[in-house]
Amino acid sequence: MPSNRTLPELVCPAGNLPALKAAVDNGADTVYLGLKNNTNARNFAGLNFDATSAREGIRYARERGRHVLLAINTYAQGADIGRWRAAIDEAADLGVDAVIVADIGLMDYAARRHPDLRLHMSVQGSATNYEAINLAHELFGIRRAVLPRVLTLDQVRHVIENTAVEIEVFGFGSLCVMVEGRCLLSSYATGESPNTHGVCSPARFVRWEHGAESLDARLNGILIDRYRKDEAAGYPTLCKGRFQVADDTYYALEEPTSLNVMEMLPQLIEIGVAAIKVEGRQRSPAYTAQVTRALREALDAAGREGSRFTVRPGWQQALAKVSEGQQQTLGAYSRPWK
Amino acid sequence: MQVPDLVLPPLVARIASRLPATPPSWLLVGLLNQLVRRQVLPADMSLLAGRRFEVRVLDAGISLRFTADEAGFRVDTIAETADLCFSANAADFARMMLREEDPDTLFFNRKLAIEGDTELGLIVKNLLDSVDWSNTPVGRFMAA
Ligand code: SF4
Repeated sequence: MPSNRTLPELVCPAGNLPALKAAVDNGADTVYLGLKNNTNARNFAGLNFDATSAREGIRYARERGRHVLLAINTYAQGADIGRWRAAIDEAADLGVDAVIVADIGLMDYAARRHPDLRLHMSVQGSATNYEAINLAHELFGIRRAVLPRVLTLDQVRHVIENTAVEIEVFGFGSLCVMVEGRCLLSSYATGESPNTHGVCSPARFVRWEHGAESLDARLNGILIDRYRKDEAAGYPTLCKGRFQVADDTYYALEEPTSLNVMEMLPQLIEIGVAAIKVEGRQRSPAYTAQVTRALREALDAAGREGSRFTVRPGWQQALAKVSEGQQQTLGAYSRPWK
Repeated sequence: MQVPDLVLPPLVARIASRLPATPPSWLLVGLLNQLVRRQVLPADMSLLAGRRFEVRVLDAGISLRFTADEAGFRVDTIAETADLCFSANAADFARMMLREEDPDTLFFNRKLAIEGDTELGLIVKNLLDSVDWSNTPVGRFMAA
């Protein structure tokens, strides 16, 4: 029986204007972006938007009936809270449809200063249960929460059933394992982490060393992984490295892999998720176009076909090709734990 | 338009590697400077100035070497190791430039190698990604 629920919003990443246009042109309902500084968790050199490109992007999306979200999802750092507040002010000024925020101090600021600015709680806010989400709703009026990639489908359903806040879940992209908003692994190697500096494994600490038989990935000198010739590579993040534990060298924490929920789309629609998010503001417009197109078609089909829905090989191929480590998983959604 | 999946025959590399590398480098530099001048390439030259770049087209057997200063790009004639080197086959470079393929995808698939200063690599990648070709005549060839 086809589901009579409304389709979740497809929320796609944009690291720059061409990617934003690619997302809109290929069927994203909503595009999310960040500013050119450490107020967002993809603070990479040359990536992201300044006021001019943001305005142009917002205009492009609006003209086509789409929404734009601004991620201000790192934690304001002691000495310099002003920059984060300024980012909130800028978001209000730009007139984005919502801001994605992790830091509750910043939510408080936004709620007081810009009561009309819609607030979404970032995945970095690490709210994994409805009590946390409802509290943020009571205190700051958040309208949506992005769930960390740690919950099973049943747990997601349970959250949705117990909150009035819209729930957004991840649908595709590189996995940041299990500890979103709480991870200090890259701080261990470099002194910088996503929550503080907006970047996991900062590029200036990364070195790729090409040997005769292998490719070595180093993060601030620490050997993260050694790929054999032609073996698929991943991002040089500590959580996805191979390490020597006792006498074994293996992916001790997590394998380089991408989340892909395509086969679960009918269930996600059924339990009433409000939005499905694609990871990857650091990727190029080609990625945004390919992933958005595949998920748009899949989501529309899942909405039409309900339980008869099957994943088409073409979509799967498109997503498999762009996946980190070229492996895919349903992640926590399908774990047996309760 | 899709770039066909082809690798140039080894003969091409054998011949090309014996030709002086300067003419292709010179062409590339000319093109880059045009793009900067027309403000298509929103390059912050201060981030690139003084750095040496190398682009190795593996199956063509050619290596393009150039450097930058505050004013623009020029051919690099000094045979020192570049700060940043990209290597891939011609078809994969074409796919990247036409936005058929994302450089990270090619990198994960080991079709693109990056050596040297990774941050500089990211600056260059993000610079190329941020070019809005839709306002230029090249726009209609782009995949995304
Ligand atoms: S080290 Fe891994 S788990 Fe930690 S922030 Fe980076 S990607 Fe996420």
